[in-house]
Amino acid sequence: MSNASMRITLTVWRQASADAGGGFETYDVPGVSPDMSFLEMLDVVNERLMHDGKEPIAFDHDCREGICGACGFMINGQAHGPERATATCQLHMRKFRDGDHLTIEPWRAAGFPLVKDLIVDRTAFDRIIESGGYVSVGTGGAPDGNLIPIPKPVADAAMDAAACIGCGACVAACPNGAAQLFTSAKMQHLNLLPQGQAERWDRTVNMVESMETYFGSCTNHRECEAACPKSISIDFIALMNKDYAKAQLKQRRLIGQTFP
Amino acid sequence: MTMAFDAKIPEGPLEEKWDNHRFQIKLVNPANKRRFDVIVVGTGLAGASAAASLAELGYNVKVVTFHDSPRRAHSIAAQGGINAAKNYKNDGDSIYRLFYDTIKGGDYRSREANVYRLAQVSVDIIDQCVAQGVPFAREYGGLLDNRSFGGAQVSRTFYARGQTGQQLLLGAYQALMRGVHSYGIQLYPRTEMLDVVVKDGRTAGIVCRDLNTGEVFSMSGHAVVLATGGYGNAFYLSTNAKNSNVTAAWRAAKKGAYFANPCYTQIHPTCIPASDEFQSKLTLMSESLRNDGRVWVPNKMDDTRSPDQIPEDDRDYFLERRYPAFGNLVPRDVASRAIKHEVDAGRGVGPLKNGVYLDLSEATNRLGHDVIEERYGNLFEMYERIAGEDPYKVPMRIYPAIHYTMGGLWVDYNLMSNLPGLFVLGEANFSDHGANRLGASALMQGLADGYFVLPYTIGDYLAPLLGTTPLSVDDPAFAAAEHAIDDQVRRLLSINGKKTVDEIHRELGRVLWDNCGMARTEQSLSKALAEIPAIREEFWKNVCVLGENESRNQALEKAGRVADFLEFGELMVLDALRRNESCGGHFREEYQTEDGEALRDDEHYAYVAAWEFKGVDNEPELHKEQLNFEYAHPSTRSYK
Ligand SMILES: Cc1cc2nc3c(=O)[nH]c(=O)nc-3n(C[C@H](O)[C@H](O)[C@H](O)COP(=O)(O)OP(=O)(O)OC[C@H]3O[C@@H](n4cnc5c(N)ncnc54)[C@H](O)[C@@H]3O)c2cc1C
Ligand code: SF4
Ligand code: FES
Repeated sequence: MSNASMRITLTVWRQASADAGGGFETYDVPGVSPDMSFLEMLDVVNERLMHDGKEPIAFDHDCREGICGACGFMINGQAHGPERATATCQLHMRKFRDGDHLTIEPWRAAGFPLVKDLIVDRTAFDRIIESGGYVSVGTGGAPDGNLIPIPKPVADAAMDAAACIGCGACVAACPNGAAQLFTSAKMQHLNLLPQGQAERWDRTVNMVESMETYFGSCTNHRECEAACPKSISIDFIALMNKDYAKAQLKQRRLIGQTFP
Repeated sequence: MTMAFDAKIPEGPLEEKWDNHRFQIKLVNPANKRRFDVIVVGTGLAGASAAASLAELGYNVKVVTFHDSPRRAHSIAAQGGINAAKNYKNDGDSIYRLFYDTIKGGDYRSREANVYRLAQVSVDIIDQCVAQGVPFAREYGGLLDNRSFGGAQVSRTFYARGQTGQQLLLGAYQALMRGVHSYGIQLYPRTEMLDVVVKDGRTAGIVCRDLNTGEVFSMSGHAVVLATGGYGNAFYLSTNAKNSNVTAAWRAAKKGAYFANPCYTQIHPTCIPASDEFQSKLTLMSESLRNDGRVWVPNKMDDTRSPDQIPEDDRDYFLERRYPAFGNLVPRDVASRAIKHEVDAGRGVGPLKNGVYLDLSEATNRLGHDVIEERYGNLFEMYERIAGEDPYKVPMRIYPAIHYTMGGLWVDYNLMSNLPGLFVLGEANFSDHGANRLGASALMQGLADGYFVLPYTIGDYLAPLLGTTPLSVDDPAFAAAEHAIDDQVRRLLSINGKKTVDEIHRELGRVLWDNCGMARTEQSLSKALAEIPAIREEFWKNVCVLGENESRNQALEKAGRVADFLEFGELMVLDALRRNESCGGHFREEYQTEDGEALRDDEHYAYVAAWEFKGVDNEPELHKEQLNFEYAHPSTRSYK
């Protein structure tokens, strides 16, 4: 806790809509409390802008607890800012210094068209899930939950992958705008579990193909892992690549015969 | 408009009601299901599970959410877990025990039949979620792990690390996306429902606004399902996600749906206290911390010593002192009031003196740093991030906050409101938690409603409508509703006043929290009733909403929601004023025992208060649904 107030200079990308031109605007922000979250600081900037008759900065957010994945933008070139494993809403101003100059911009990636200011459209992530990111069980008739014992390490590994919040920082951080980290996390959550085996190979091919229609390709920069607020490991990308190679073989064998 | 007011509780013994009902209600033949259009609003646990299940059955389903992706609904933030009467721990749990605990926990203000059904289907929920691949915590032998939660005497809570809501919602979301892929679900993200259209006594559809383009359009269907969450954000500061709001439910109420028990709001005792006036929301620290933590304040007022310098003799472990049997584990409402009592008496700690200590140092000494880290490491990390203090060194500071709302739109046993064809699920309805919800039971209710109740009960309403087509969206009823929304948008954009939407929302929040929060009196409630209309008036004269309708305008969205909170807040206060008793989360200071516990009045208040809207400046009409307890007989809760 500290009572010292900080003064920040904020340079923000402003763009009224997808087809309008955009540009940076700079704001002087005195009176920032170190206990504020980054988004609360933006709230204050917005309140001041409105009192000056200017439109507030649009940014996505909801839970403000680092779990919904709605928030996120680049802060001085880093997705979600400088603190490791922290979503923008969980970042606090005490991580910055009085007098800092911060530049914030939306996620920039071909797969995420801009909506307004700092808001982008991440619908492509939903399309990837739609293509196969589920176990095809209908409601009802599921066997008792304890019928399939799942070794704790397997359940834990699946959970590590399932922790992804779908924020898109991995794509924004990637020089190629690739979505490998997100896709592999969503896929491996299910591919690791016994429940996910029946559709494992189809799921893998479908999700990878869907990913490739929206996003760039991975050339192992590892920027994604560093930007991820949930510390999703790039090991999942390796597992995805392995499954994908295997799935293609399986698909080849599929012609004329079923595989084991 | 007078509507039927029948809870439709099935006959027969408690255990057989749901089975009998399922046998007796009408069914829609599988081949005919595709001839019915159902609109689901909301993609939290309740909405996503309902939409997926209905689409699998064959209904034509449209899904609306204001989120950019259905997966971001507020349910994602639930931490602790989900209850189910599996009795995997062999510790004496049963459907009947879960039923009984829920009724008692709700302070005898819920329907026995609904609650029993909830307990019955709880076991199916776990099986369903496991089949979907929800990575619940496992024991080393590979079986599902459970823990005890929120003071329950059995271990019936299933969990996925501290992210149970996230994992359950992802399961439901994936099922929903599978429905988009395979069962023709049409998804409308970033779309806000702003009205319900009723024609000839039936719900005909909804009117929406596309948040990116401002376009207002209608959707018609044979039935509408609202799964739009709770109204805790009426208080401005709460643990709810920032965008959670009452608009969908309130606008339905303005079209004639009864709003039930709005004064039943739940306060969670262990949240991080506000740090300054810019605080935008409050963060919950899991209740599980109370298992090993001790809550205390310094004996002396204005004790400026750092907590580790305050000797044992100068500390007051007030929960242990006042409730020797349950100590730090007393239920949420009891703990919250005790904490408020200390802070009000001037013994609060922290720079703003607005918290009490939650201290795990004794447990750390007893169990070792590693055990504490294993149990609570992620919570400690979260606390440090927000409060800037290391809880391994300095005890955490906590204070109660608004967390959940038990009240909601009135529904019958079929989850249908009094407006035929309007169904309400999850936190948005009032149904199962009475005056107080048990920990880990909201997730259970949301999924019960969506996976296992609505898919059956909706058929009973739809079956006789076979062959009818939904009202055309060109019907004047839709056009009128669209115009009203256009007008409201135009009006909000033209006021050009001096106060921002948030400034006015904070004012409302302060009035509600101070007068209709943890403790209420006739005087405080009357004061709030006088103040809210003035704030509402100021809003419509002096709010400032800049920008245009045609592109994304978050201030405009917020303004519409706050306008509704300003009307709804008054109803909440009125309900609290009229309920001259204390029960669960509703604590009226005039009605307490000598020991300061809630004093119910079963003779006069064992009813559901269902309010009918009569115009913004008119008093709503109260309808009472009497509650009968044949199995769980009302008793006084005691935690001494
Ligand atoms: C911090 C926190 C922790 C919690 N932990 C637990 C726990 O451990 N266990 C437990 O059982 N419960 C817990 N709860 C409670 C529980 O999370 C909620 O009660 C529950 O998730 C509500 O689910 P829902 O589906 O009813 O609504 P929500 O998840 O709130 O979903 C509402 C949906 O409706 C949509 N919507 C709303 N209005 C409109 C509109 N006008 N137009 C279009 N769409 C609209 C939203 O976009 C969203 O998709 C917790 C709550 C909080 C705040
Ligand atoms: S992998 Fe990490 S960075 Fe990418 S979407 Fe998931 S949580 Fe965000
Ligand atoms: S606002 Fe939900 S993750 Fe940041």
